[in-house]
Amino acid sequence: MPNKIPRVPVREQDPLVRAKNFEEVCYGYNAEEAQLEASRCLHCKNPRCVGACPVSIKIPEFIGKVLAGDFRGAAGVIAEDSSLPAVCGRVCPQESQCEGSCILGIKGEPVAIGKLERFVADWSHANGGSGAAVPAPNGHKVAVVGSGPAGLACASDLAKWGYSVTIFEALHKAGGVLEYGIPEFRLPKEKVLAKELEEVKRLGVKIETNVIIGRTVTIDELMDKEGFEAVFIGSGAGLPKFMGIPGENLNGVFSANEFLTRNNLMKAFREDYLTPIHAGKKVCVVGGGNVAMDAARTALRLGAEVHVVYRRTEVELPARVEEVHHAKEEGIVFDMLTNPVEVLGDEKGWVRALKCVRMQLGEPDESGRRSPVAIPGSEFEIPTETVIMALGTSPNPLISKTTAGLDVTRRGCLVADETGATTRRGVFAGGDAVTGAATVILAMGAGRTAAKAIDEYIKK
Amino acid sequence: MYEILKKEMLTPTICRMKLSAPRLAAAARPGQFLIVRADEKGERIPLTISDYDAQAGTVTIVTQKIGASSADIIAYEEGEAFADVVGPLGLPSEFVEMAPEKLAGQRYILIAGGVGTAPVYPQAKWLKEHGIPVDVIIGAKTRDLLIYVEEMRGVCDNLFICTDDGSEGFKGMGTHMLEHVVSEGHQYTQAVIIGPMIMMKFTTLTCRKLGIPATVSLNTLMVDGTGMCGACRVSVGGKTRFACVEGPEFDGYEVDFDEAMRRQGQYKAEEAEANEKHVCKIGRGK
Repeated sequence: MPNKIPRVPVREQDPLVRAKNFEEVCYGYNAEEAQLEASRCLHCKNPRCVGACPVSIKIPEFIGKVLAGDFRGAAGVIAEDSSLPAVCGRVCPQESQCEGSCILGIKGEPVAIGKLERFVADWSHANGGSGAAVPAPNGHKVAVVGSGPAGLACASDLAKWGYSVTIFEALHKAGGVLEYGIPEFRLPKEKVLAKELEEVKRLGVKIETNVIIGRTVTIDELMDKEGFEAVFIGSGAGLPKFMGIPGENLNGVFSANEFLTRNNLMKAFREDYLTPIHAGKKVCVVGGGNVAMDAARTALRLGAEVHVVYRRTEVELPARVEEVHHAKEEGIVFDMLTNPVEVLGDEKGWVRALKCVRMQLGEPDESGRRSPVAIPGSEFEIPTETVIMALGTSPNPLISKTTAGLDVTRRGCLVADETGATTRRGVFAGGDAVTGAATVILAMGAGRTAAKAIDEYIKK
Repeated sequence: MYEILKKEMLTPTICRMKLSAPRLAAAARPGQFLIVRADEKGERIPLTISDYDAQAGTVTIVTQKIGASSADIIAYEEGEAFADVVGPLGLPSEFVEMAPEKLAGQRYILIAGGVGTAPVYPQAKWLKEHGIPVDVIIGAKTRDLLIYVEEMRGVCDNLFICTDDGSEGFKGMGTHMLEHVVSEGHQYTQAVIIGPMIMMKFTTLTCRKLGIPATVSLNTLMVDGTGMCGACRVSVGGKTRFACVEGPEFDGYEVDFDEAMRRQGQYKAEEAEANEKHVCKIGRGK
């Protein structure tokens, strides 16, 4: 009986060692481990895992090929539905998607689908890529705004169907949040991300960096002057939120975006790169999502003592369980039911402490989570040198403000229907630009959906 | 890559470069800026645009050697190329999008301090081309640090020069020059002040005293320049604003300059360390 085999554990870097470096935390499976884990799959007739995957990867099929030792074949199966398997194998919330719906998970541990996907993708990159055929051009031009997960997924699908696709990226490097947001220790840039981008380019996708749509060139110009028949906007949710409490503009208060961009995109952790970063001896990270974990673990690696300050309890932490677990292993302190009310500064205008109030959980709110309520008179100070605000992000208004006919919601998100069509003909959108901050894989799913709609729109 | 088509030293520490950047040149307007990253390991440095030519596909930048990163930029020679040049960033100057009937009644005084003279040039040029009365004050510590004097003469009605030591023109700072010019009967409906933060602070105070509305262009810290990092946040009228996407120009009367100056120095300790370790890249033999 295959399901008698326990889930094959994955090797990881020792927590105390990795707390001091930026090397990848998880080593992933080797071929032997992957095949053993693959043998656990029951090959359900109606695989629930596929339905739970936002890009519908044919999971049992690729796992079957892993078991048979046909790793290239497995890569081919995944490539039909995902252009970023090495990324998704690492950063997807599998526990609430594919693995969360695995039958084996009812009584025991689900198949480690994410780790298997990662193994196949890494094997493929190390062995010459998927080798998928480059399609013949169909003569149609599509522009994609943003080279993050949504844009890359959309561009890959369109390129596979023969479209001439150009991605416009505002930063100097492609990848969007995968490059500037997610740290090296979760997603190595050269070893993993660069390889996936190479695969996308191999399909014929052009990536033009240093072009800010809405400033360098507008959507109208792309369509009217440069001959793009359709545009997909996958510009993400890039604007950081702050709390609006006193003292937020003191020196030593940073958005998680700034802190992570300095470290990831600009490689401030490396001595030979010029961009500075400031962590200091003690850092408080405010927030409880994956970005908060990334910021906290980055600050830790830069040598700081790190506290995560969150207003609800650990149960409500929006971050992935694995990330919270890793953060704790590495020595990050979690101050739960704690809400900042003011950042206190010294006489030179630098942070000296975070003034907080103790919280308790009240009635469930609209989201179903119990809403935190401040306990009167419970104010206290956490001495700290640095405060990092990881409170979420909202879409950048640059494009909506410079494109006529593009409606936005009250929260600044682009209005798009279920196919990704916006209120402007020929313009489609998906990912965080439409939903507000969400996950890599949901953005990829939206990119793929929009690619289908763009194909239908142009062929009509 | 973005080739350096022309390089000249305007002073021993201030350098002017003409870069090939066609998309940027076609979109640039007065008041906007750009970001340069010299090479793979460099910082993203926000710099003002001091001229642009859509047809030639070029933009001109003026850089003053301050720290390791600006020194690296200046070390580049004609024929070499920067890894990245991106822009235009920020909003154009208010007058660019002003209704013609409103613009017609304006009389501008542009007040430039030090290397801030460079971005004043395209503003004066635009106003002059649109037939709007425009005078310019250029202030510098001493004669050798004055830049853009001849260029500016061609794009304004009256050019006033002042130096702190009196080695050229009026002896005194821009604030004194402005008071002097106004006392001689010149009248203005709007001032635009571009220079070091401290100069903008005091010149704004002088404008307030004289009853002239003052626009300032804030050179805050930035990483991406597109609204993503928030390093550039400034308090304007008690509200936090992002200089990169909501500026760089703001109503000077409303800007909290003391906070802006403090925030500018946020990475001073790290920069001092970097400067110590910095290996000059001149003659790096690429």
